[in-house]
Amino acid sequence: MAISATYLGMPLEINDLDVENLEYFKHCAAHDFHLQRCDACGLLRYPPTTGCPFCAHAKSTWTRVEGKGAVHSYSEVHHAIQQSFRQHTPYLILLVDLDTQKGKPTEHQALRVVGNLATPDGKLAPPDMVKRVGIGSRMRMVFADVAPGLSIPHWTIDETAQQPANPWRYPE
Amino acid sequence: MPLPADVDTTSPKYLRDKYAIVGVGETTYTRGSGITTRALGSWAVRNAIADAGLKPSDIDGMLSYQSGDSTFGPFIAGDLGIRLNFYMDVFGGGSSTEALCGMAIGLIEAGMCKTVVIFRAMNGFSQVRIGGTGARAAAPVLGDMLHNRAYGWQSAGQMFSLTFMRHMHDYGTTPAQVAAVKAIHSEHAGNNPKAYYKDRVTVEDVLNSRIICKPLHLLDCCVETDNGTAIVITSADRAKDCRHTPALIRGVVGRCNKPRMDMHYQHGPISTVAGHYGKDILWPNAGVGPEDVDITGSYDAFTFTTMLQLEDYGFCKKGEGGHYVSDGTMRLGGRRPNNTSGGHLCEGYTHGVNMVVENVRQLRHDVDDSCPIGPDGKRQHTYDYRPGGCRQVKNVEVSANLGWAMPGTGSAMVMRRGA
Repeated sequence: MAISATYLGMPLEINDLDVENLEYFKHCAAHDFHLQRCDACGLLRYPPTTGCPFCAHAKSTWTRVEGKGAVHSYSEVHHAIQQSFRQHTPYLILLVDLDTQKGKPTEHQALRVVGNLATPDGKLAPPDMVKRVGIGSRMRMVFADVAPGLSIPHWTIDETAQQPANPWRYPE
Repeated sequence: MPLPADVDTTSPKYLRDKYAIVGVGETTYTRGSGITTRALGSWAVRNAIADAGLKPSDIDGMLSYQSGDSTFGPFIAGDLGIRLNFYMDVFGGGSSTEALCGMAIGLIEAGMCKTVVIFRAMNGFSQVRIGGTGARAAAPVLGDMLHNRAYGWQSAGQMFSLTFMRHMHDYGTTPAQVAAVKAIHSEHAGNNPKAYYKDRVTVEDVLNSRIICKPLHLLDCCVETDNGTAIVITSADRAKDCRHTPALIRGVVGRCNKPRMDMHYQHGPISTVAGHYGKDILWPNAGVGPEDVDITGSYDAFTFTTMLQLEDYGFCKKGEGGHYVSDGTMRLGGRRPNNTSGGHLCEGYTHGVNMVVENVRQLRHDVDDSCPIGPDGKRQHTYDYRPGGCRQVKNVEVSANLGWAMPGTGSAMVMRRGA
């Protein structure tokens, strides 16, 4: 069923035809991260698509995936475009290499999943937390609940994991 | 003249030097044009046709692209009394100019057109700003945007900056090295009377400007302007009847992309951009290599996009781009100057066309700087590159233009000076 909601002042919409995103965010709303696994070659993919980028097969099965990984790269936004993000600057946009399927099918491929740095309850991180995260930081997935059938996956510091001594940060 | 028997006419290689850019034109680069994009486009096309020494009725094809605002080819054609045999307006950003040059060659080769104009018109400051502000920021977030805009990951700077951050991590590239791109392009713009920003800035000025999104400072970002730009392409045979020395097209790679579209950075090292794949098409088709190129025109939407492209098209080794863009090679008087007009960082933002316009003028040996005009109507270039002086590169024979839209898509074109 189509979803219309507001998140951080932004209108979000998923229409009835966008079955891939409806399914993806439905699992997120249950705080259970799922990706499509290709029925032919068995590889997972992100973000949701209508065909397998590795073998072109059309059919896939939604599969539970552990939301853990390490920061591959990031940007720290000081000048927000969206009005409602301005009160949260600086905020981090993280690209996280999931531990699942890292280096497959080729050395430099991975499931690199986007998210903001967030608190464990899914709110955009405060400035002192932003300063702790860099390339290599170990992260776990959390969710911001928006509406029934729609939660946004984010990343928070995995306090139970062994963190790198000095995650790589932009030189100040 | 028939082609030699051993020519493989199924290969794009046989198109080498058969087509040429014979006219270039633009409007003033302003912030507040006060006219419509239709008027901007009409003026740019009118100027380019006149520059070629042609009449509007000589034009029978028109190609354009837009992301944001522009106008449609048939409207421009209507305003100039042109009857088109073929037109196409495509969605597109920075990888469009060189791709459409390839399309123009195909149209003429197929006999569908004789002479094709490519234009881009935009009120990129006063109407639709590419930076993503205004109406764009307020539009509903749906479809693929749920995986980027919902994260405040929207403007080109925000979208692309992760590639540079990772490059710094992997290769030790520094913000000061890429800031040199802005400093060098500002030197070039200082010798370009048309440039929007003519003042020289230093590496320190860039590093001291406010952070937009790390690693980007304000002065790492290009200048948003209002303008129209246009180029005219025809066959090398017809080019002989045109006004200027033609810029012969050696080869084009049109909108090559990484094996997976890259906005979510799934495939390959993320600081590897589409040029890595494009170079395997570009150089064999052009029959030259990067070492043969005298001047480059990079898509400098940001300082670091210049670095990533020059690396991946093979002007230096991967990881050495920071050194290449800061060691003086790209400067006027250096071994291979880049964006001698000042490019998007300083001259003005026109989604890729202005660096092609500049390289055509460089290949003619007739760049419009402040050098005196001689009795033959041509500039008497001094090759004195001090502020306010010359920006013509000496003895230019081969140029390369590198277009970029996103990290995962690119197009490029090699030209050489005709007879």
